[in-house]
Amino acid sequence: MKRFIIFGATSAIACACARLWVAQGHSLFLVGRDRAKLENQLADLRVRASPGQYLDSMSANLNDLEQHESIFSRAEAVLGGVDVVFIAHGTLPDQKACELSVGQTMDEIQTNALSVISLLTLAANRFEAQGSGVIAAISSVAGDRGRQSNYVYGAAKGMVTIFLQGLRNRLAKKGVAVVSIKPGFVDTPMTVQFDKKGLLWVQPETIAQGIVKAVEQRRNAVYLPGVWRWIMLVIRHIPEAIFKRLSL
Amino acid sequence: MMITSWNRYPLVSHTNVLDAVHRHESLPITSGPLLAFGSGRSYGDVCLNEGGVLLRTRRMDRFIAFDESTGVLVCESGVLLADILDLVVPQGWFLPVTPGTRFVTVGGAIANDVHGKNHHIQGNFGHHVRKFELLRSDGERKLCCPDKNIDWFRATIGGLGLTGLITWVELQLLPIINPFMITESKRFHSLDDFWELSAEAESQWPYTVAWIDCTATGKRQGRGILMLGQHAPAQADLPTWKERPRRFPVDPPFSLVNTLSVRAFNLLYYNKPIKKGLALTHYKPYFYPLDGMLEWNRMYGRKGFFQYQCVLPPEASQEGIRDLLNIIANSGSGSFLAVLKTFGSKISQGMLSFPRPGATLALDFPNQGKRTLRLLNELDAVVREAGGALYPAKDARMPSELFRSAYPLWEQFSTFIDPQFSSSFWRRVKE
Ligand SMILES: Cc1cc2nc3c(=O)[nH]c(=O)nc-3n(C[C@H](O)[C@H](O)[C@H](O)COP(=O)(O)OP(=O)(O)OC[C@H]3O[C@@H](n4cnc5c(N)ncnc54)[C@H](O)[C@@H]3O)c2cc1C
Repeated sequence: MKRFIIFGATSAIACACARLWVAQGHSLFLVGRDRAKLENQLADLRVRASPGQYLDSMSANLNDLEQHESIFSRAEAVLGGVDVVFIAHGTLPDQKACELSVGQTMDEIQTNALSVISLLTLAANRFEAQGSGVIAAISSVAGDRGRQSNYVYGAAKGMVTIFLQGLRNRLAKKGVAVVSIKPGFVDTPMTVQFDKKGLLWVQPETIAQGIVKAVEQRRNAVYLPGVWRWIMLVIRHIPEAIFKRLSL
Repeated sequence: MMITSWNRYPLVSHTNVLDAVHRHESLPITSGPLLAFGSGRSYGDVCLNEGGVLLRTRRMDRFIAFDESTGVLVCESGVLLADILDLVVPQGWFLPVTPGTRFVTVGGAIANDVHGKNHHIQGNFGHHVRKFELLRSDGERKLCCPDKNIDWFRATIGGLGLTGLITWVELQLLPIINPFMITESKRFHSLDDFWELSAEAESQWPYTVAWIDCTATGKRQGRGILMLGQHAPAQADLPTWKERPRRFPVDPPFSLVNTLSVRAFNLLYYNKPIKKGLALTHYKPYFYPLDGMLEWNRMYGRKGFFQYQCVLPPEASQEGIRDLLNIIANSGSGSFLAVLKTFGSKISQGMLSFPRPGATLALDFPNQGKRTLRLLNELDAVVREAGGALYPAKDARMPSELFRSAYPLWEQFSTFIDPQFSSSFWRRVKE
């Protein structure tokens, strides 16, 4: 049985992952922004768990990087150690608004990239020292290539993707797995404003199954669902001269 | 976004479809009328709100507390009955009342005050609800239980989603020993046989339901199979059972259900070999034979179908059911299997609850436009004459006059409707 810290635990995808991990008998420490949501989620997981599993939560604003170290120590203290760190927090910026506001653009980069990198750094050093562990973080297919419709988000996710690649390279020999998760379109509260008619939209439960499997198998980078690997292969290889004229 | 109920009729459009995700948050402010939408397993328009807003509840699906020593479960209203069973069956508990599909939400089960094969013993779903919270559009949260806000309790159970949003629910579950059922099937050759057999069976079995061949006429009219069940006692040797769900594979442009296929199916079904004596059956195929085929509603093609479920009072049951079957057989537009069951005498909690003493018959008809509507009107005449009622959860067309006479408390109920809530069904029957 493993001990997990989940950052952004109340997000739809992390919620679905947490249920699957609890069903497998693991212990979880949830970190999220909204206390009421966390408590409701914790109650749900407690009903599903066995008495031997340890479940706890802590609310925190992850943009406050100063707090990160203490979150790790607290989780380690209550779980008696950590085996898996799963980073799932994020926001979906309003691209148009970001274009008009440097402040908003920086805030989005802070939430979607810098706060993640801070957590990754702390997790990497700990796991490197203990010589084991899995670090998994949600990036996005949007991080594979900048597009006019969401390049602020894409740039932040791209930074996370590259950072994860570097960590994976650094930690491979140290017994630590680093898993990059790149979901496509997911039907969650984060994407309410989209029309979800297309075939590519999937439920967070489907993504969660893929994540749980990828963590178990210590995979490198997974696209979820898998078709995105091929879609992004094509997107990445369109020559820039053509790409810049497309309205993607 | 296209949202339909299970029978895919009527097709209506909504100005918006929103998700309720967190029970502690307030209701969205909308310009048009609002209505909760659970799992869309109703047939018809109780869960539709043409030109208004639907508030989907499936994301509000958290458990809140479960006491495995007393069987009291508290959960959010978007939890599916299937999720509850998965959680509690291994711990020795079961839903005290369940409809014929487990893919419905707790909120939907309360709003339609659903019934099961054990109505004669356990009554409706509402009889086992200990309390719930009702969120109103003015922001008020009402805790409703039999000793607090009892009027609101009675208005909301069977209240067709009109009194506000049910956010969470506390249920009393039923103890069981294992996931299996002791079952027995008995073939009967006529309606008279059914009445006799079913009266006798109900005194012995907690679960009874009959599937009848509605294409049979004359002496064979009403022939069918009575299916009896009870939760199995402790046993050393339980059979293994594994679910292998299938999905109805295509979306045919026309209905695969027609006179020929219905006749053939009914003939086969009635004559299917049935095991003599008692059998040990897993609860899933016993309670949810249709859940084994996901999306079976596609079989009726794009025009969808109608379900017709009525209840006739005891004194009028025998003659009334006979008349209904005569009309159906004459129309040539049969149903795959009709379901026939008698309700017990437990008084429903809800002001608009459907179950009441008597016999209930439920059938599916492919939507063939005017022809089908004419048939259903003819069936209405029998129900009206008998002083019976149609089930709103399975209705897309009952005349308002029939609704009002069958649900005499509707006016009292109206005073509990949330000013921001409405439904296609409600506007239709109120006209
Ligand atoms: C194969 C099959 C078999 C069935 N067998 C039976 C049976 O044996 N007995 C029986 O009684 N019924 C039966 N039904 C009907 C079904 O049980 C009911 O229609 C049930 O209410 C559907 O629940 P739902 O979650 O899908 O709700 P929906 O159909 O989405 O909504 C039903 C009503 O509930 C309201 N509602 C939903 N959630 C809330 C909430 N949180 N707060 C307030 N209102 C809410 C909606 O506004 C609507 O009025 C069957 C249906 C199918 C498809």
